[in-house]
Amino acid sequence: MPTVLILAEKEFRDGMRNRWLLATTLVLLALALGLAFLGSAPVGHVGAAPLAVAVVSLASLTVFLLPLMALMLAFDAVVGEAERGTLLLLLSYPLRRWQVIAGKFLGHTALLLVATVTGYGGAGLVVAAAAGGEAAPAFAVLVASSVALGAAFLALGYLISTVVRERATAAGLAVAVWLVLVVLYDLVLLGALAATRGQGPIAALFPWVLLANPADVFRLLNLSGFAAVRQFSGLSGLAAEQMLPPAVLAAALAAWIAVPLGLATIVFGRRAP
Amino acid sequence: MLEGVVKRFGTTMAVAGVTLSVTFGERLALLGHNGAGKTTLMKLMLGLATPSAGSVRVLGEVPPARQPVGFLPEAVAFPEAMTGAELIAFYARLKRRPPAEGRVLLRRVGLDGAAGRRVATYSKGMRQRLGLAQALLGQPRLLLLDEPTGGLDPEVRAAFYDILGERVESGAAVILSSHLLAELETRTDRIAILDRGRLVALGTVDALRARAGLPVTVRVRLKDGTARTDVVPAADKLATLRRLLALDPLDLTVAEPGLDALYAHFVAVAPCPPC
Repeated sequence: MPTVLILAEKEFRDGMRNRWLLATTLVLLALALGLAFLGSAPVGHVGAAPLAVAVVSLASLTVFLLPLMALMLAFDAVVGEAERGTLLLLLSYPLRRWQVIAGKFLGHTALLLVATVTGYGGAGLVVAAAAGGEAAPAFAVLVASSVALGAAFLALGYLISTVVRERATAAGLAVAVWLVLVVLYDLVLLGALAATRGQGPIAALFPWVLLANPADVFRLLNLSGFAAVRQFSGLSGLAAEQMLPPAVLAAALAAWIAVPLGLATIVFGRRAP
Repeated sequence: MLEGVVKRFGTTMAVAGVTLSVTFGERLALLGHNGAGKTTLMKLMLGLATPSAGSVRVLGEVPPARQPVGFLPEAVAFPEAMTGAELIAFYARLKRRPPAEGRVLLRRVGLDGAAGRRVATYSKGMRQRLGLAQALLGQPRLLLLDEPTGGLDPEVRAAFYDILGERVESGAAVILSSHLLAELETRTDRIAILDRGRLVALGTVDALRARAGLPVTVRVRLKDGTARTDVVPAADKLATLRRLLALDPLDLTVAEPGLDALYAHFVAVAPCPPC
């Protein structure tokens, strides 16, 4: 078995052993079911596909939850092992530094994948069985992009973990990154737009400013990508020319995974063990 | 294997021009106070640090190859949640060895009874033995052991050196560092004394003793019941013994300076900046 897969398997087993996978899957399943059934109550059922409603509410949930889960897995990955002293022994084995990062990334992504597919997928099946599955493609995109969003924040977490010297610093930085990208970014953007009355450079650059934040890329991808979803997400009024094509959004999300992961690998390669 | 190796961290000289080599079937002990550069030398030999100057060759390879090297770090730490059996299997796979070899090694270090328990429940001695087991994976031709016997009871320590002895007999080279000078004297072939990154002495205990020329203590008990103790310079040792034997004593003991005394001598002889 390739070294990367040996390391990935260890991370995955760690996630199963400490019940992280079980707890996360159950939380996602419970929240998804709750949102799917309670969330469609205020909308009523007038021509609405409840699965489309579920996509909207789950997307809003995912934006908060998955980045947090991913950062919690990743911030410890390098600096924690260095602090506990297990990294020195690992690196004395015949393996390359990039394989350590790649192995952890694969293992952690697999954990997020299993939790999301089981949690959201299970809820999606229940909703589809109860109310029909017209919005199934949108739901599939939601699950896939949720994992991608998690992967992007895993990559950011590894970057934090390789740059800092102390575990506590990494934890603090991880919370800061989450707060800025998930909460503050949109608030500041909204404030800036309101202050400039939708005129000027910020408004002109608006779609590109959104690309600079993986959480917003995820939101756009899910809330504006499908007509059935758009009417519930409040984005139906958005002019067509203002919307970025899904391919661009997917590419942006991929870049948000690849670039921090690449940087983390470079920084880790130079780190003294 | 090491030629004029220098390693700087910022302005600190961790290793300042060390040249030494080990041959197969030899045990070399690294002696030195904390911060003398022992651990840095091991990291250099593992290729985990690159020399600022000079070169490190392990089994002819630059940078050093890790496959034929076994390493036991100082105060070894493991992922606590895994069991001993899971851990040795994980390390065996990383070294491309069958998991069965890991089980054999666990038995060899006397951990087969605890293989199913989480490492978090292991005592210091058990962790150290698990550390030795993983270092022995793949029959390494070079073993690097950093303070391997610190905090171990004498029984475990003896078993430790027995296992090392087996490996040395089958042709492995061993480099180990320790603070426990007394045990190294009989269990290693050569001693390297490091002082603030410099190699101040290198050789067999006897060679170091000859070089140091420290006085020898001679104790003699005579037939008339009197006993006396003489401290004589190393050069006068044989002459003194001949003279004492002529008195036809009941008993005669000669105490050569121990490794402690040799270590203190070489570190003290080395010119010392304000310390």
